[in-house]
Amino acid sequence: MAQILSPLPGTFYRSSSPDKPPYKADGDTVAAGDVIGLIEVMKSFHEVRAEVAGSNIRFLADNEEPVMAGAPLADLD
Amino acid sequence: MLKKLLVANRGEIAVRIIRAAKDLGIATVAVYSAADADALHVQLADESVNIGPPAAKKSYLSTEALLKAAADTRCDSVHPGYGFLAENADFSDAVKNAGLVFVGPSGDAIRLMGDKVSARVAAARAGVPVVPGSEGRVNGIESARAILEETGFPVMIKAAAGGGGRGIRIANSQAEFEQAFPQAEAEALAAFGDGGLYMEKVIGKARHIEVQVLADGTDAIHCYERECSLQRRRQKVWEEAPSCALSDALREELCASAIALAKAVHYSGAGTVEYLYDDEADRFYFIEMNTRIQVEHPVTEAITGIDLVAEMLRIAGGEKLRLKQSDIAVKGHAIEVRLCAEDPAKDFAPFPGKVDDLRIPGGPGVRFDSMLFSGYQVPPFYDSLLAKLIVHGDTREAAIDRLIRALGELQIGGLKTTKPLFVALAADPSVRAGEVHTRWLESWLTENAAALAN
Repeated sequence: MAQILSPLPGTFYRSSSPDKPPYKADGDTVAAGDVIGLIEVMKSFHEVRAEVAGSNIRFLADNEEPVMAGAPLADLD
Repeated sequence: MLKKLLVANRGEIAVRIIRAAKDLGIATVAVYSAADADALHVQLADESVNIGPPAAKKSYLSTEALLKAAADTRCDSVHPGYGFLAENADFSDAVKNAGLVFVGPSGDAIRLMGDKVSARVAAARAGVPVVPGSEGRVNGIESARAILEETGFPVMIKAAAGGGGRGIRIANSQAEFEQAFPQAEAEALAAFGDGGLYMEKVIGKARHIEVQVLADGTDAIHCYERECSLQRRRQKVWEEAPSCALSDALREELCASAIALAKAVHYSGAGTVEYLYDDEADRFYFIEMNTRIQVEHPVTEAITGIDLVAEMLRIAGGEKLRLKQSDIAVKGHAIEVRLCAEDPAKDFAPFPGKVDDLRIPGGPGVRFDSMLFSGYQVPPFYDSLLAKLIVHGDTREAAIDRLIRALGELQIGGLKTTKPLFVALAADPSVRAGEVHTRWLESWLTENAAALAN
């Protein structure tokens, strides 16, 4: 099992904009380098990518949730 | 006079407003999100109210939470600061409808000036020169083509509802125009829910010059101009007053036009009329009017000796303008630099860290407006502006020398900030000579990236 951690403190978003579907849904398979969400820090947006491949992603942070650097965002099998 | 003020903002501007209110004997109520519980504005205000979670949408942008805080603490007035709800016409109306005083213009004035097209029409009617372009919204590509005869190329296509540099396209030829116009229309509709466009001649090398006005709904005065040509991604980073580019005759003409506009729209409060100034043609053109107190207001305060925020509060309290135009004179030169929690060595990446060793510059002609204190953890949820360093000297030369001195004294330990950018700019010969325009800094940054990385 692997965990994806937030690289930065800020606000976590699961999609690229409010009217777009989430990058990944719970249960999806993820390839290394896939974007799984965005972190907004001081009005600038940074992509969060999976460092390793995995299956059955389960998000631990909600959309628009404030997170600290190093906070777990999702689990992967 | 107002008795008790809700400060509907955070950061350095909330601190600035609380200070002005206290100087006038007005009680103050700070509001804060869960991320700002220990912020300086909360510590300085007489009372404070938690208005919600860190996300601005649920706290500083929540009209409901702000009005409830004002009612619970029995405030009689609300100051919106800048950003957040400061130029939201519905918020101004909501404050008024709740029986409170909004420290700023009416919802209608904000609406008129907030829409770029209606603002341009109002300016042209008041005799203020506007950039050659469409007289209002452009209806369809046929009439857009006709406007090209006035503007020539390059031409800018802007979303009427856009802002902050968003929704803008530039076409350099007829072919580019034919492609860009329909795209801009579709984009404006998708981004802003409003497909309205307008067109404007692109002025190659322009300076950004703006005039500060104070008005009471009937009368209006100006407090001279500021020049804010040093911009990165259309955000001002360094502002000055007065502009070193204007002749006295053109300065009078520029300031008179700002007053004409403020009077024509029965403006009330502090406002700023923004212009592009074309050095080569020696002409100025109206861009927009900002209906709020601006970040860079302290440079005007430094050269005129007026407390603009205090004047806003007096006007909102029902007083007529205390100052006459003949009371206002320019003394010396002032410069403000914006210290942000960004790392200039890494393409201005945000740096929301914890402040350790803080040393604030002082001495003659130095002012430091900030929300910093030792041990302060900068939250990642809001704007990166930490502090504004404002210097004043007898001449522009003396002000730049003083800026170098003050930057040398300043230390914000624990954070990466934009201080190294200003150390480098203050030493640059073109900046010293005042030979800059609104796109100068972007190319300077490309050329000097290596120097900033060290």
